[in-house]
Amino acid sequence: MGLSKETLLNLYDTMVKIRTFEERVGEMYYEGKLPAFDIAAGPIPGEMHLYSGQEAVATGVCANLQPDDPVTSTHRAHGHLIAKGEDLKKMMAEIFGKETGLSHGKGGHMHLFDPNLHFGCGGIVGGGIPQAVGAALAIKKRGEDRVAVSFFGDGAANIGAFHESLNLASIWRLPVVFVVEDNLYAISVPKSASTAVRSNAERGAAYGIPAVQVDGQDVLAVYEAAKEAIDRARRGEGPSLIEAVCYRFRGHFEGDPELYLAKGEKDKWKERDPINILGSQLKAQGLLTDAEAEAIQAKMTDLVAEAEAFARESPYPAPEEALEHLFA
Amino acid sequence: MAGERLLTTQKAIAEAIAQEMERDDRVFVMGEDIGAYGGIFGATDGLLAKFGPERIMDTPISEMGFIGAAVGAATEGMRPIAELMFVDFFGAAMDQIYNHMAKIHYMSGGRVKVPMVLMTAIGGSYSDAAQHSQSLYALFAHTPGIKIVIPSSPYDAKGLMIQAIRDDSPVMYFFHKGVLGLGWMTPNPRATGVVPEEPYTIPFGQADVKREGSDLTILTVALMVHRSLDAAEQLAEEGINAEVIDLRTLVPLDRETIVNSVKKTHRVVVVDEDYKSFGMSGELAAIVAEDALDYLDAPPKRLAVPDVPIPYSRPLEQYVIPTVDRIVAAARELVSG
Ligand SMILES: Cc1ncc(C[n+]2csc(CCOP(=O)(O)OP(=O)(O)O)c2C)c(N)n1
Repeated sequence: MGLSKETLLNLYDTMVKIRTFEERVGEMYYEGKLPAFDIAAGPIPGEMHLYSGQEAVATGVCANLQPDDPVTSTHRAHGHLIAKGEDLKKMMAEIFGKETGLSHGKGGHMHLFDPNLHFGCGGIVGGGIPQAVGAALAIKKRGEDRVAVSFFGDGAANIGAFHESLNLASIWRLPVVFVVEDNLYAISVPKSASTAVRSNAERGAAYGIPAVQVDGQDVLAVYEAAKEAIDRARRGEGPSLIEAVCYRFRGHFEGDPELYLAKGEKDKWKERDPINILGSQLKAQGLLTDAEAEAIQAKMTDLVAEAEAFARESPYPAPEEALEHLFA
Repeated sequence: MAGERLLTTQKAIAEAIAQEMERDDRVFVMGEDIGAYGGIFGATDGLLAKFGPERIMDTPISEMGFIGAAVGAATEGMRPIAELMFVDFFGAAMDQIYNHMAKIHYMSGGRVKVPMVLMTAIGGSYSDAAQHSQSLYALFAHTPGIKIVIPSSPYDAKGLMIQAIRDDSPVMYFFHKGVLGLGWMTPNPRATGVVPEEPYTIPFGQADVKREGSDLTILTVALMVHRSLDAAEQLAEEGINAEVIDLRTLVPLDRETIVNSVKKTHRVVVVDEDYKSFGMSGELAAIVAEDALDYLDAPPKRLAVPDVPIPYSRPLEQYVIPTVDRIVAAARELVSG
């Protein structure tokens, strides 16, 4: 596709950054919770849905976006927000429930918002999809060339909001791209048992929306499909849908016993780690050495460590702050 | 002895469903992750192995679809149980719940029955934030036509579930995550208790006086029953005798037990994990005012979520959800003030 070395290395950097962040959150999550797992305990309480394994999707899509392109996401949002360019410190502080977090601790891991990056997400499956349509509507009404993107899972493609949103986006010809991250499961329910079509890309046709399926472990394939869809939206030619077939390397949430997985299934998918796939390609092309890859990893480890230190040292909000921010 | 068997609330619910499924082949269950996973909160634990995928049906994430399908199957004479994983997800299905499940019997002049159970998880105190921690029973008690069941103990959970399945009207059955005895929640000794093995029912509309007292009445449900009992123990050490009443069902409501207790104690505090305004605490205060005003030595007190969404951060969440300390403080104020 002839991407510049800089672009390729940025893709690599972002994926490593996401993975490093997620794996560290995954470690810290268990602090204070064991031996008898108590979801309410430790520095990071509550549910935790991590993005490890799916990095290529957020990265390949967001590399085509500007900071002011609106993005709506899901309960599994860390990767999307990092790819959008968020400051890891503010993100980590929010996940710790600290005053210095993106939302002063009101939102937490599933409810990350940043108006500067036009980013929002939430814990209700499908909840973000119509909002991306609305963001695109606002863009179209003002005649801007921005584009809205909604990330959601294969599970979300079975909720009414998905279908209503596709139809609206199509009849109004809105600049929005729907990105279905097909990681094969909605919690324990496999897509094959929940979805009437083989690929959610087939559903685009029902709404007159161009749709493609891509290999979601291959960041270059995602990048290319996203570029085409996003460019089309910017040109005023309406919505698109991308189904990225991918896999989550951790449980649905931390603590998931994963009894629904076939034996060896995950290991097989791990052989197609999106970071290794791009890494090998870059090395084969002489664009990345082992030493450089190690240096990138070290840099991301440091960044995440700084974010962690910032989050740990930050104060909690004062309890009475619970009453603030109800109305504008 | 069989009657002395101990179960967690979660296991008691699953057992109740299993026994009714054995007794009545019209009973079946639909919901997300209720099959192989056994329900995120274990309400259908082990049932897939017993009854198979025809009767324990994993659904897509299509709440309007499968809850509406439960309504339709019920009107055709089946007795479906649908699980809405967290009550917070009601929005995706609200039309089917509020306008159809609740109203078909009335709109048909009593000719069409909707014998279904909609069970769902409620409650917070574990930092799951604004979209996974709500209680919301008052929202559903507000619309006429839905029976509202909220067990707080393993014994009640089983008897009320069997009663719910056998009821010819739609029942919403709310299980609080903190009373289930789940291995991954904050440990709660009150979540385990004696549950008879044989099926039994508990009639709706009968509150349970969990603890008798003479100085004030605490009216509550779900996890707040446990916190109120803990508070009552502390209060007893100070010489304050609190009567703790677990309402168990909001619709129908045991008005008589409430009013009789307040006539005896002359003081009442409602402890509610739902939002404060236009909800359970206001309703109960109004009932006391209507039927026992002359007996009151002090205005009713209300402890509830102070009309904000449930925040994520631990100190913020602890500030909005009633704690044992705040129940004790409210009771103390009521008695001394
Ligand atoms: C409306 C609604 N229904 C159910 C849930 C519970 N839930 C949270 S995530 C999830 C599975 C989502 O699957 P998918 O959309 O494929 O995303 P993934 O978790 O695989 O990233 C479910 C059922 C919810 N949060 N909201």
